[in-house]
Amino acid sequence: MKKNNLKSWLYLLPALLFLGAFMLYPLIDVFIYSFEEGYNSASQTSFGIGIYNYEYVLHDPYFLQALQNTFLLVIITVPLSTILALVISLGLSSIKKVRSLYQTVYFLPYVTNTLAVGLVFMILFKKTAYSDGLVNVLINLFGGSSVDFIDGPYWAKMFVLCFYTIWIVLPFKILILTSALASVNETYYKAARIDGTSKARIFFRITLPMISPMIFYLVITGFIGAFKAYSDSVALFGTDLNAAGMNTLVGYIYDMLYGDSGGYPSYAAAAAIILFVIVLTITVLNLLISKKKVHY
Amino acid sequence: MKIVLKNLTKKFPNRSKKGDDVIAVNDFDFEIPDGKLIGLLGPSGCGKSTCLNLISGLETPTSGKIFFDDEDVTDLPPEKRGVGLVFQNYALYPHLTVRKNIMFPLENFKGDKKLDKKQMEEKALEAAKLVQIEALLDRKPSELSGGQQQRVAIARALVKMPRVLLLDEPLSNLDARLRLQTREEIRRIQRETGITTVFVTHDQEEAMSISDMIVVMKDGVIQQIDKPQAMYDDPKNLFTAKFLGTPAINVFSGSIMHGQVCVGEDPIMPIKHVENRKVYAAIRPEGFVPRERGKLKCELVGVEVMGRDTSIISRHSAFLGESNIRSIVSSDRLPDLTGKEVRFNVKPNKLFIFDCETEERIYFDTDTFRLPKEPPEEDGTDDEEDTETDIEEEGVTNEEE
Repeated sequence: MKKNNLKSWLYLLPALLFLGAFMLYPLIDVFIYSFEEGYNSASQTSFGIGIYNYEYVLHDPYFLQALQNTFLLVIITVPLSTILALVISLGLSSIKKVRSLYQTVYFLPYVTNTLAVGLVFMILFKKTAYSDGLVNVLINLFGGSSVDFIDGPYWAKMFVLCFYTIWIVLPFKILILTSALASVNETYYKAARIDGTSKARIFFRITLPMISPMIFYLVITGFIGAFKAYSDSVALFGTDLNAAGMNTLVGYIYDMLYGDSGGYPSYAAAAAIILFVIVLTITVLNLLISKKKVHY
Repeated sequence: MKIVLKNLTKKFPNRSKKGDDVIAVNDFDFEIPDGKLIGLLGPSGCGKSTCLNLISGLETPTSGKIFFDDEDVTDLPPEKRGVGLVFQNYALYPHLTVRKNIMFPLENFKGDKKLDKKQMEEKALEAAKLVQIEALLDRKPSELSGGQQQRVAIARALVKMPRVLLLDEPLSNLDARLRLQTREEIRRIQRETGITTVFVTHDQEEAMSISDMIVVMKDGVIQQIDKPQAMYDDPKNLFTAKFLGTPAINVFSGSIMHGQVCVGEDPIMPIKHVENRKVYAAIRPEGFVPRERGKLKCELVGVEVMGRDTSIISRHSAFLGESNIRSIVSSDRLPDLTGKEVRFNVKPNKLFIFDCETEERIYFDTDTFRLPKEPPEEDGTDDEEDTETDIEEEGVTNEEE
């Protein structure tokens, strides 16, 4: 038994080494930095140890702005994109003829470069001296007045960011949900039809519970992904996100490390730890709920 | 309630656009009497499940009509027909408890029929008692054995008091022992409720054992409709003869020559009024009587002793089956089976001859004696066979003298 144990540890060693070196060690290191006041990565020195970094970060208006942006992004895009993906997948699975064409169309955003998509969105939404952008043309057509979505009011920028994020994450969710729907055994539907079950009841009592594990998977990964959002914001609003007021938590961490205001690894570490705690809490909550609600 | 199928046909368009339509159910025209258990029997792809789906309303027929008693239900959707359907894989909702599963059909009732929760629970309990699963009501389907799941599926189909119960290969997913048990259970439940029941199977033994009537199908065409024993004793064509019975019937290429049925070159039985022609001669395993001077000469391959019976395995050049000839004889009066050859006489009522082209049965009279035309009994077949053997062996010996 003991020999066996030794052997199994030996087999695990490579994975453990890599995990230790690239996951555990950095995490612990960041945790330590976050308590070291004014840590300098070049000289490897700090002024002292304490919770000053956290105090600073939590009182930094840029951080609070980033926190608000990130939370809004999470709360709006995750449920919306999941529901939208579900609706589209249901539509896809009920058509037969051009399904594969639609599947390709819906999958396109997934394989397109984020920045390229950002460029397209700029063209659609940006208001310049020469053109109002396609969306504004449409708004004008229906009698509304032009809105500057890229440099304008906060809600407009937030709207574009959410729109963009949903559009980017949709293909993956559709892919997962279409295959989840396809894997529900046809006989359940036949049995339900024999019993005269209404379409709505079939959906809520059979389809939804059957694909609930996949939905929860998408929600959890969606939450994590949205909390870590950064490139979406950059693609739309450029790299000076603090000025645009559209920074995210990851963006704030990046700025603290390398941005114009860079050179503050301690603040970055504190912000990173805060983000880590938030994501961990949400994920654990999600898992706890899913244990109660998800069947199988 | 009786079910009447009138010229019922279902065609499916061919997958490749060029080919003809596939006719899954071809001009079905028969009546299922009230309160009976009917087995739809046939090999896979013969259209038996399609037929069931047509009765249930899951499929709409290409042409023809379906009546429940005098009511034309052809254009009614499944839920208005009042049918209960049990699927091969049970189709129990895995996220619901057994109780919720059984209550599911009741929750769909609308208008006057709508039940309150207490009534639903009562009905569910009633159905559960009928299939004897009342102790399992709070479990999830995944915590049940296959047989228990099947009972739940039957309870779910019965709970709304259907006019017709349809079972699609209900026993295929069970192991051999459970299959025996469950099929008796199905029979009991059907008798207790008196609901007209149609069940689909490819297992002839299953169909024979519990059906009041069997419908044998092949390629969407009905081959024969009869009571199980009658069908076994009097198959209308080669397909039915081959499909029913284990071990399977032994088929030989043969001929009618000068008033004799010949297997290969061996004349085995004199018959009357049939002209010379090529035929298939098929002999049931229990139709062989080993005799030292028997007429059918076979090469002996082996003997399997099974207690009450013995099977003699042998070869013959005219045999058309895949392996060897398998005959079942009583262990009591065995001849010497040590040589290379075994010779049989054939019981006339166990020999069927079929036309070589149409594979239809050719009826004949034997020279030696006439078969007593008795109505076949459903039970006690063994006794009946024994008495037959005695009469007919006398006949054979007389003829030899």
